[in-house]
Amino acid sequence: MNQNGKVWIERVYENCSGCRRCEIACSLFHEGRIWPEASRIRVFMFVPGVEIPHLCFQCENYPCVEACLAEALSVNEQTGAVKVDVSKCTACGLCIEACPGRVPHMHPERNYIVICDLCGGKPRCVEACQEGKWDALRLSSRIEGFSYKSLAKTPEELTVEIAKKLFGEETAKEVWR
Amino acid sequence: MKGYAGKFLEVDLSNEKIKETSFPEEILREYIGGRGLAAKILWDRLGKKWETIDPLSPENILLVLTGPLTGYFPGTKVCVSGKSPQSNGVIGSTIAGEFGVDLKCAGYDGLIITGKAEKPSYIFICDGHVEIKDATPIWGRKARETLRFLVKKSVEEVKAIKPNYGEVKEPSILHIGPAGENRTRVAAVVAKYAHGAGYGGYGGVMGSKNLKAIVAKGFGPLPEVYDRDEVIRIFDEISKRNFEVEGFRRWGTGKGGYHFGAETSSEPVRNWQEEWHNMESFRGEEFDKYWIKKYWGDFGCPVTCLKLAVLKEGRFRGAICDNPDYELQAYLGANLGIFKAEDNIYISYVSNELGLCGIQGGAVLGFAAELYQRGILTKEDLDGLELEWGNAEAFAVLAEKIAYRQGIGDILAEGVYRAALKLGEMKGTNLLKYVVHEKGVAIGAHGVRSGKDFAKDISYACSVQAGDHTSLASIDDGRSGEISTILSDSAVYCNFVSFALDDMKPLFKLYEAVTGWSLSEEEWYGEKGLRILQLQRALLLLGGPDRQWKPKIDDDNPQRFWEPLPSGPYKGKTVDRETFERNRLEYYRLVGWDENGVPKPETLRKLGLHDVETKLREVGLLN
Repeated sequence: MNQNGKVWIERVYENCSGCRRCEIACSLFHEGRIWPEASRIRVFMFVPGVEIPHLCFQCENYPCVEACLAEALSVNEQTGAVKVDVSKCTACGLCIEACPGRVPHMHPERNYIVICDLCGGKPRCVEACQEGKWDALRLSSRIEGFSYKSLAKTPEELTVEIAKKLFGEETAKEVWR
Repeated sequence: MKGYAGKFLEVDLSNEKIKETSFPEEILREYIGGRGLAAKILWDRLGKKWETIDPLSPENILLVLTGPLTGYFPGTKVCVSGKSPQSNGVIGSTIAGEFGVDLKCAGYDGLIITGKAEKPSYIFICDGHVEIKDATPIWGRKARETLRFLVKKSVEEVKAIKPNYGEVKEPSILHIGPAGENRTRVAAVVAKYAHGAGYGGYGGVMGSKNLKAIVAKGFGPLPEVYDRDEVIRIFDEISKRNFEVEGFRRWGTGKGGYHFGAETSSEPVRNWQEEWHNMESFRGEEFDKYWIKKYWGDFGCPVTCLKLAVLKEGRFRGAICDNPDYELQAYLGANLGIFKAEDNIYISYVSNELGLCGIQGGAVLGFAAELYQRGILTKEDLDGLELEWGNAEAFAVLAEKIAYRQGIGDILAEGVYRAALKLGEMKGTNLLKYVVHEKGVAIGAHGVRSGKDFAKDISYACSVQAGDHTSLASIDDGRSGEISTILSDSAVYCNFVSFALDDMKPLFKLYEAVTGWSLSEEEWYGEKGLRILQLQRALLLLGGPDRQWKPKIDDDNPQRFWEPLPSGPYKGKTVDRETFERNRLEYYRLVGWDENGVPKPETLRKLGLHDVETKLREVGLLN
């Protein structure tokens, strides 16, 4: 994509249709099944209409990798994605605590964490979203010096923020407080 | 078994007992799931005493069923059923959302809910962890508050079950509003804010069981399928076809409010007194500016034909509502003399908040307004309300009265047909001529008089789901059109997504790839689908306890549909009586009913429905 070849998945929350075809594409690619909870991207919908596609923000300083005592997490030099070594992961949850967006979650059936690996640079979720022209997920080049960490928020925080944008402050408070 | 989770949950609310149950492969092969399986379960468990069972009593069974295609077809629904308090038959009422997927991922194909809870309750499902919980804090609450409470509480509860999981996505929720709680016959089972299973009146059935909501969270994958690659191929093929349907994706049915009035003259206008209008203020473009989501949908949907409307300014500020789609534009718009997008969104929002079905609720509001117009209902009857056409605020007040059964609302809560009988008795006059219903079900917003809409002469009169505009009887191609709908309602997928297909072949192929069981079109139309149709027909004719339909009299269009259209380009037109009777007879012949519309003994025997024959003889429907 750019000089360093690293990509980033930009999300435009207001465009998310809630079709969750990103979850289908992701779980088919990684698990061979339609399995929403095993998807590395999960669409949160605490409020109907406020759909939050939630996946790794790829913070520039990777606090999750820092926090991992089992050395199960590393950064893929080529894509910039966080890599989970499932043989080392102890499912302790320290990475979840360290993540400013609380993105990582346990695999629903196995004893390790799952984090978006960018499908090796060709994210299936973005393809699914673009194919349907929703444009809630976009593939962009990773820019050096930009603080991706500043975008990392929890589903709860994002819900409050996007609800305000969509409904207006007053109504947002009424639907989610 | 492939495509099925293989287990159903049986919840006895009276005794607070929960158990798992399953059906033999043979039953699932024949009745598929959803609507078909609902008819089978209801027949087996309640058939013998069907005519004595009050749909709003604890004896009724509430069914929430997925089908084998739920989750694998791009466009997900779940089917709600039971004995209908509208038709006294069985209606398969489908509703969009993630509920069906969450349920299957939790390991269940459906819920069979019996009895009545002692106090307001909700059912909580998180994989194998199933509980009946207290709903007292939200009993009486409207949609927004109910959802906010249940989402927050359920997320905490799921976190407690899976403490180290990380952030927990909200479970899927089916709920009812005050209209359901107060056992009105015009209440929907609701998902999100305004996705509703409206036809049938199962919101009232839920209410009669003291059941406020069902909450489901599944962590597993969808069940295994027979041929994974073929499933993915067909999923993609159906999706691609739908990506091409730009107009429908852009507008959903939201251009219908103008189109079906101005172009096809088939829209209810002021309680069907007319079916034509050409109000420019009701064009789709007038709604567009209120949409905060131009493409909105549910799990797997390639179309996302829904739109989300919000009023950010004006006197109705704060209203949030799905679309309104065509049905709501019609029934809560033109039908009430409302031709302003803003007012239509507002009244739709009010109706949604109360858990009213937009169609059944809108029909009864329009009926009341016509009686007011004619001076049959007075201001005093309406507790001082001036129910003028177009007055959104007055209709909102009346909607509240209906949902809470206050004053005149208590009668109107019975739905158009029963309200007309009761008010007619009170006023000493026949009011059925102002009611557009089919066997107790207010007819969908597609009139038959102009002949220009997809609903035609016998569409409603011969349907086993009566007024349901998604389940129309037809004799095109020498087979019953209603059996096509039985497939979507039984395999449980969104029929709107299937409309983009040239034919039904991909659906049968998908069924085979998911289940590994063969199913040909011939087998469906000539046997399996037909069998489900017979069961529904038999249960509809058994009816009771408050009303039994006589096919010779009641397989008919409402009186108003026989009056020629009074205005518009098709002024003077209506269905020709002779054509109607010829087509009705032809339909009876096609589906194996006698000239009275009763399933023939040989039809029932051929389909293995011997016990249905016995029952029909017992009650004198067959000699």
